[in-house]
Amino acid sequence: MSVESVFPALEPLLPRVSKPVQYVGGELNATVKDWDSTAVRWCLMYPDAYEVGLPNQGVMILYEILNELEDVLAERTYTVWPDLEALMREHGVPQFTVDAHRPVKAFDVLGLSFATELGYTNMLTALDLAGIPLHAADRTEDDPIVLAGGHAAFNPEPIADFIDAAVLGDGEEAVLEVTDIIREWKAQGRPGGRDELLTRLAETGGVYIPRFYDVEYLADGRIQRVVPNTDRVPYRVFKRTTMELDEWPYPKQPLVPLAESVHERMSVEIFRGCTRGCRFCQAGMITRPVRERSIEGIGAMVQRGLEATGFEEVGLLSLSSADHSEIAEITRGLADRYEGTNTGLSLPSTRVDAFNVDLANEISRNGRRSGLTFAPEGGSERIRRVINKMVSEEDLIRTVSAAFSNGWRQVKLYFMCGLPTETDEDVLQIARMAKEVIRAGREASGRKDIRCTISIGGFVPKPHTPFQWAPQCDPDTVDDRLRKLRAEVNLDRGMARNIGMRYHDGKPSLIEGLLSRGDRRVGRVVERVWRDGGRLDGWSEHFSYDRWVNAAASELEPLGVSLAWFTTRERDETEVLPWDHLDSGLDKEWLWADWQDALSEQEQDDCRWTPCFDCGVCPAMGTDIQVGPSGRTLLPISPVGKGSPVRNPSLAGG
Amino acid sequence: MQKLRLRYTKRGRLRFTSHRDVARTFERALRRAGVPMAYSQGFSPHPKISWIGAAPTGVASEAEYVEIGVVDRIDAEALRRALDEALPPGLDVVDAVQAEQGSLADRIDASRWLVELPGVDPDELRAAVDALLAAESVEVERLTKDGRRIMDVRPGVVTAEVGDVTSLTATLSDQGVGATGDLADAPLPRKDDDTAASRPYGILVMVVRQLTPAVRPDDVLSALRVVAGLQPPVPAKATRLAQGRLDDAGGLADPFAPEGRGAADPAREQEPDQPAVD
Repeated sequence: MSVESVFPALEPLLPRVSKPVQYVGGELNATVKDWDSTAVRWCLMYPDAYEVGLPNQGVMILYEILNELEDVLAERTYTVWPDLEALMREHGVPQFTVDAHRPVKAFDVLGLSFATELGYTNMLTALDLAGIPLHAADRTEDDPIVLAGGHAAFNPEPIADFIDAAVLGDGEEAVLEVTDIIREWKAQGRPGGRDELLTRLAETGGVYIPRFYDVEYLADGRIQRVVPNTDRVPYRVFKRTTMELDEWPYPKQPLVPLAESVHERMSVEIFRGCTRGCRFCQAGMITRPVRERSIEGIGAMVQRGLEATGFEEVGLLSLSSADHSEIAEITRGLADRYEGTNTGLSLPSTRVDAFNVDLANEISRNGRRSGLTFAPEGGSERIRRVINKMVSEEDLIRTVSAAFSNGWRQVKLYFMCGLPTETDEDVLQIARMAKEVIRAGREASGRKDIRCTISIGGFVPKPHTPFQWAPQCDPDTVDDRLRKLRAEVNLDRGMARNIGMRYHDGKPSLIEGLLSRGDRRVGRVVERVWRDGGRLDGWSEHFSYDRWVNAAASELEPLGVSLAWFTTRERDETEVLPWDHLDSGLDKEWLWADWQDALSEQEQDDCRWTPCFDCGVCPAMGTDIQVGPSGRTLLPISPVGKGSPVRNPSLAGG
Repeated sequence: MQKLRLRYTKRGRLRFTSHRDVARTFERALRRAGVPMAYSQGFSPHPKISWIGAAPTGVASEAEYVEIGVVDRIDAEALRRALDEALPPGLDVVDAVQAEQGSLADRIDASRWLVELPGVDPDELRAAVDALLAAESVEVERLTKDGRRIMDVRPGVVTAEVGDVTSLTATLSDQGVGATGDLADAPLPRKDDDTAASRPYGILVMVVRQLTPAVRPDDVLSALRVVAGLQPPVPAKATRLAQGRLDDAGGLADPFAPEGRGAADPAREQEPDQPAVD
């Protein structure tokens, strides 16, 4: 049975919506395959607006890996804006993919990558527009398997009612395994229906099927236990880890949209995982161990990607890019290679202490000298010990002084507010730090026009981190501290002009906290918010705090729990956490010990440079650190083009 | 530095691109094609690309113009082919010449537009157009990002003719346009309407002078609403057919045509690419 494109029905709606180009597809390097000649069909969704979702590396990687299989087809869908949603409902146009504009309901799997919990309502919009029942229990064999991945899938309990399955960790091999199981089940004539397919997925030990687990609660609202309710289903589900990154050089053909997106560059992931051990950082905890891509592997991906995309900038992506064991050789080699081609390099996240001006100069040699960004995260030395972000103010001042004397004029600093044990004083220190940066900058450059922007986010305790037991700071306290910080910045008129301050109020963070550490009961809140009109909650112009508070009150309080119970309440060591049966490899006792170390302001080193401290991941997962240095260097490509990283012989000598 | 001028199209679903989308897509295609672009000097170097006007978002075009600067001498036809290859289908480079003296912008002061109005009766459309042409001045309101703006449409409209689907093919071949991919697609029925095949289909071909602010096809449609209450049941589809300098007879001179460019130039004889069909 072939599937028709919905484009003819969509097209007349497009002149009536904003930025219609985001719905027409046609991205460079997109793949459209014949429906009937494929056996397994994936629809991949990044549940946010196209401009945010398209550049997502995870979706691009899986899209390409799946489409490389001859009998598999993968297309993409994104959240539509409310203007188009209304027209689609009016004209009966279903949720569609942007590749071939096929209806999402026709696919075998709808795979969603959740980078943030605020995308949950976007999933419900897509399911509803697709004509897929919101509740997994109501789906039939005609509906896709709704499968969640991404970092938020490490606690998928708040969306347990809406998803059929969740995969924890790296997706490269997991999607292939899921594909094999679906292919075989379909080829056998779908024995045992949907339940049998889900059971086969569960049997792998790497796919979590929420409905095969019962959650029992204590009288006080805490969880008593989570147990399988059927045979063939494991007690614990383990995360997936892709080793040997050089064997997975994806994306090889990065997607380039016609529309503007949030990242106007191509990215090459230079390593995965991070063991710096920042206690607030879920990504650093759940992606261990560190696995580096080799310098040659990186060089090949950069050249291939530039040829395939035409981007002017290459982002060297990771959780802390300056920590690659050969970062100096990589940046110097790439800057040499692309001299004169107007190809810029960027390191999206760099630690102050791993950074130096040689690196900065390599990065800006062939491109534009944009601002430098660092994330001290905490304003005071004390709070940085609590969160294990071991960068000193001296490191920061030394680095920015060197940068300012080499021509940089502005630096951006990221911080968090509402951290465990935080006091007003810890936050006010942020102002002092910013003023020190301005002072050092003026001295180093001999100029007055130095700028420092401080950007502050609300801290949200996350599952599988040492702060998973911590009470979240209430929004009033966060807002009050930010007001005091603003006043402190403004105290010195001569400096305040050069210091920019960006922050959001603490309310969205509290809702993110509810969704991060919630259990299955929170699903009712998500659904209520969505039914009350909640859309695109990651966008401040759409987010409604009151809608979430009201939905939480009406859905949770009858059950004896509340928004505060899930967020600002401190958990004790014995409490069963909603994600305890989902195994990230981290030893819960180690996490608890690290939480206690945080409270006593004890730091923890990085296992790349000091002995193993038994976080538990490598033995549990059978993995090991994969880092250099290899001692090899990047060979030049000769010749690259003039004004372009590509040389085209057919244009020579016209 | 050598300068080259290009004519390109915005066809099919690519008409939903904004000018910024087109500009980004062009810059990347130039890099992929290995074109030795000249860059501006300074802190934030940019490739030397000069855009001449731009069809609005949602409007298709057979005749958009751009001028680029390169550091090595390259052949215009080789550039046309390489860039066309690198651009997505729909953004098709159909002509390229070495730049002559004088600015390209000086060779363009008017556009010929085709506006398709599915569901609009040609006679009703003709009456509305006659009313517009008879008026001295027709003020319409346009919503811009800076708020509402009032503009007079009438001075911009040089000629306007109404036809139907059968007369259209003839009109278009006169304009040098090949197949009309967009027109081949029947207008889409709304949910409550299954009589699409028998529906009327109004077609407007007009020459509009480029004034400041620019009068767009949408503004002309607004003017038809003001003078005659014309309300298309589905959004109209507009296509720019040509741009050039307006002559006394209401025709448009090819911006690439005059001065030292003979009929023997092979690039001129090349058939334009077929428009993309969705």
